[in-house]
Amino acid sequence: MNWLKQLFLRKRLYSELSEEIQSHLDEKVEELVADGMSPEDAIRAARREFGNVHLIEENSREVWGWPSVESVVLDFRHGLRSLSHSPSFTVVALLTIAIGISANAAVFSVVNSVLLRPLNYPHAEQLVALHQVAPGAEGLADFESGLLLSPSMYFTYAEHNRKFQSVGIWGTGTANVTGMAEPEQVRTVGVSEGVLETLGVPPALGRWLSREDQEPNGPGRVMLSYGYWQRRFGGDRAVIGRTITTDSRLREIVGVMPQGFRFMDGDFDLCAPLAFNRVNLPLAGFGFHGIARLKLGVTIAEANADLSRLLPIWMESWSNGPGQNSHIYEQWRITPMIHPLKQEVVGNIGEFLWVVMATIAIVMLIACANVTNLLLVRVEARQQELAVRTALGAGRARIVRGLLVESVMLGLMGGLVGVAFSYAGIHFLVAIGPSNLPRLNEIAIDARVLGFTFVLSVFSGLSLGLIPALKYAGPQGSSALQSAGRTITVSRERHRVRNLLVVGQVAMALVLLMSAGLMIRTFAALRTVDPGFSDPQRLQTLRISIPDSLVAEPEGVTRTQNAILDKLAEIQGVKSVAFISEMPMEGFDSRWDEIYAEGKAYADNTIPPLRLYKNISPGLLHTAGTRLVAGREMTWGEIYALRPVVMISENLARELWGTPSAAIGKHVREFSNMPWDEVVGVIQDVREKGLQETEPEIVYWPPLDKNPFVPALRTATFVIRTDRAGTESFVNELHTAVWSVNSNLPLASVRTMKEVYDKSVARTSFTLVMLGIAGAMALALGIIGIYGVMSYMVSQRQREIGIRLALGAKGGDVLQMVMSQGTKLALVGVAIGVCAALGLTRLMTNVLFGVTPHDPMTFVAVAVLLIVVASLACYIPARRATLVDPIVALRYE
Amino acid sequence: MEKTIQRDLFPGALEMMMLRTLKRQPMHGYALAQQIKRTSNDVLEIEEGSLYPALQRLLKAGFLKAEWGISATNRRVRIYKLTPAGAKHLEREVSSFERMLNGITRVLAPGEL
Repeated sequence: MNWLKQLFLRKRLYSELSEEIQSHLDEKVEELVADGMSPEDAIRAARREFGNVHLIEENSREVWGWPSVESVVLDFRHGLRSLSHSPSFTVVALLTIAIGISANAAVFSVVNSVLLRPLNYPHAEQLVALHQVAPGAEGLADFESGLLLSPSMYFTYAEHNRKFQSVGIWGTGTANVTGMAEPEQVRTVGVSEGVLETLGVPPALGRWLSREDQEPNGPGRVMLSYGYWQRRFGGDRAVIGRTITTDSRLREIVGVMPQGFRFMDGDFDLCAPLAFNRVNLPLAGFGFHGIARLKLGVTIAEANADLSRLLPIWMESWSNGPGQNSHIYEQWRITPMIHPLKQEVVGNIGEFLWVVMATIAIVMLIACANVTNLLLVRVEARQQELAVRTALGAGRARIVRGLLVESVMLGLMGGLVGVAFSYAGIHFLVAIGPSNLPRLNEIAIDARVLGFTFVLSVFSGLSLGLIPALKYAGPQGSSALQSAGRTITVSRERHRVRNLLVVGQVAMALVLLMSAGLMIRTFAALRTVDPGFSDPQRLQTLRISIPDSLVAEPEGVTRTQNAILDKLAEIQGVKSVAFISEMPMEGFDSRWDEIYAEGKAYADNTIPPLRLYKNISPGLLHTAGTRLVAGREMTWGEIYALRPVVMISENLARELWGTPSAAIGKHVREFSNMPWDEVVGVIQDVREKGLQETEPEIVYWPPLDKNPFVPALRTATFVIRTDRAGTESFVNELHTAVWSVNSNLPLASVRTMKEVYDKSVARTSFTLVMLGIAGAMALALGIIGIYGVMSYMVSQRQREIGIRLALGAKGGDVLQMVMSQGTKLALVGVAIGVCAALGLTRLMTNVLFGVTPHDPMTFVAVAVLLIVVASLACYIPARRATLVDPIVALRYE
Repeated sequence: MEKTIQRDLFPGALEMMMLRTLKRQPMHGYALAQQIKRTSNDVLEIEEGSLYPALQRLLKAGFLKAEWGISATNRRVRIYKLTPAGAKHLEREVSSFERMLNGITRVLAPGEL
């Protein structure tokens, strides 16, 4: 590298040059002395003939340097010096930029980790989720999860596809681990063959589950997650080959997955084979998530076509039982809609993250506008300096560059401080972020975030400096010098830029406050939604699962649950207890039934609409605070006698029979060949999938049923109404009570309904907090902007105001003059902001609830707020203007 | 004014003369300055110092090479030598200069106008 060598050679070169020039002079002197000149004269003559030694030396050196680079370095030094001369300006500007940049860096790091970075699997771009929709399956089509895969579908896809390297299905669940200290409920992932192969992450220890492990009657085998291995086995490497008892079944541990390995976005403890029995697998059983790895170069469309081709083969190859029409599913119009696995993991979080990112970016713009204003004032104060420099021969480009270098330096230093701040910011974000934010644990500052911050710093630095630089580096030096020292009224033109900036700030602040206002309205609207239970902080829940290895016979399961209810009710402070298959918004996988209603005609070979179903015990409505709309609850007597009774939700009653009361005494049944059940009660609609989702139609079965497939509810959420909910002593007593019935029963999901409720509104409250912070920052910066401009204007016009007062203007007139100028700016800003907000808030539609993006109340309230605050910001400088003493103001002249 | 002549030298003239002088014989800065003055019969009164920036430019362009050596007066000096690239450059410069001079002479020649 030539220039590199030059760099190192330069020092030597310079000293050689000096030596050479000195020797030249010496030689000359010697010669002149030899010619008979006196030494002093000789030295003088030699110097005269040689010229300006220093200048020549410098010129000679310059040949070797990079004048442009060196003068930029000089600009940097000059900038640094001039910044350090006005520390208060520098600190304010730096802090403003740093806060803006850190907020942007922090939010961008979330966007980067959640949306931009690939998933944590090798060649994650080939991974897809086998999503499919079934628009013909009524009831199902509402939900975003679409139609899951059945085991028979998986076998068809896995064995006949042409476009996939591997295909697998998986599902999550829980299992009771016993035989080690306390019984424990653990999170399990059931996987078919092909799932681990698809994800492609090698085990940290041992091996993957193999094909042999998937044999239905094969040896029970299991893999551990890294976390469970550490927690339960202390990271013992000899764990391979040892056994563990899950749901009373002995399983051999064959491997441990590495640290950080997660199933999509879920943590798990155990990974077990699904081990389907291929014999007699029905078509149905749509309960598993499909995952696959595409062959190289295969597009999503090709893969979709491949699976569409396989659907008829699937219907041909399997059956729901003798005499059942296999082509019944044609009416469901099942359509593969494969999407990248990342989309499956990230979900619709993108919309809301981009809204947050956009608002934070606006804050940055406002911060920049403020700093630009500061810089304008500063440059104005430096006019004489710049004029002198111009007069001394600095070119316009050189001065522009000097100013830009200074502002870029501000930007970079702000960025540096900003990165430091953003570390704290990320901790804050992760702490307040919704716990269901996908990939939350992956959020970190990486090279891309640093790159983003760097570009943002330079860019904001440049844009900061551009306006002042272009405005003041012009050929106006002479006029600046002339007016130096005299306080003339500042030209209107010079004010225009500052005014524009203020108008822009007000407009942007309005947009942000508007979106924050809409979020507040959303949050308020959510608060008024009846979720289907009352007073959630006094509702304690816990989940208990009773496997058949513990209690085999269905009635025994219900009796055990009944015994637990009795024990729980004895705890001090408990008002009432009951259980249900799952409480609203708990987030467990929904179960669906084909429900036939009395008096409705169903065409042959069609499937009636699917309905969500749950099982409830008597007393649940009273305990949870769910309203009974009509009829009555089921009784324990009816349940143990297997009486055919059922309850339904209000919307289902209205759909089928018009009114809730009309539904009482009517009948529904599960399958076409099952006996009819009498509707004894109608229950209010509940927000099963979250506060923002519409209420689904629900059928409530008793916990014990004559249904041969699911005779008894084995996993249930126990609901306890008590003032002691959530306290540690109460939770301890819960454990004791349950274990007094059966000491092998683990308690899971011990929490209050308040936690469930908060989780459901977490995304909204997170957005609210973020927009609130952004709005507050915008408001504060906007006020500072207006205040700064108005007070600067007042100080500049001091002489003019003094003359006005001297000529008889009253204080009130002056006050009004200044105020009207300030409020005019604010009004223009508000007007522009309202127009912008009308367009921009529409982008928020998906994060809003119960309020339109153009909510007039929010618009009016925010606009009024801004105008009032802006007037206040003008009032102080205006007030100061009236206090101008004409004599003092004029004496300066 | 003494310096008029020097200031009126067209750009590159000094370099050309330096290259030409060094083509005959490598020498050090002082000698080069004296040599140019002598050969021009002192018509071109060059500020001796102005040689040095020019020398640096030619060095950087690769037209000259410099080596430390001992002068006739027994002094440690840097001796400049023409490189092949420098020789070629000189040729080009001289021929374009001659063409220009030719043109100027024709315009200035009496009688033709």
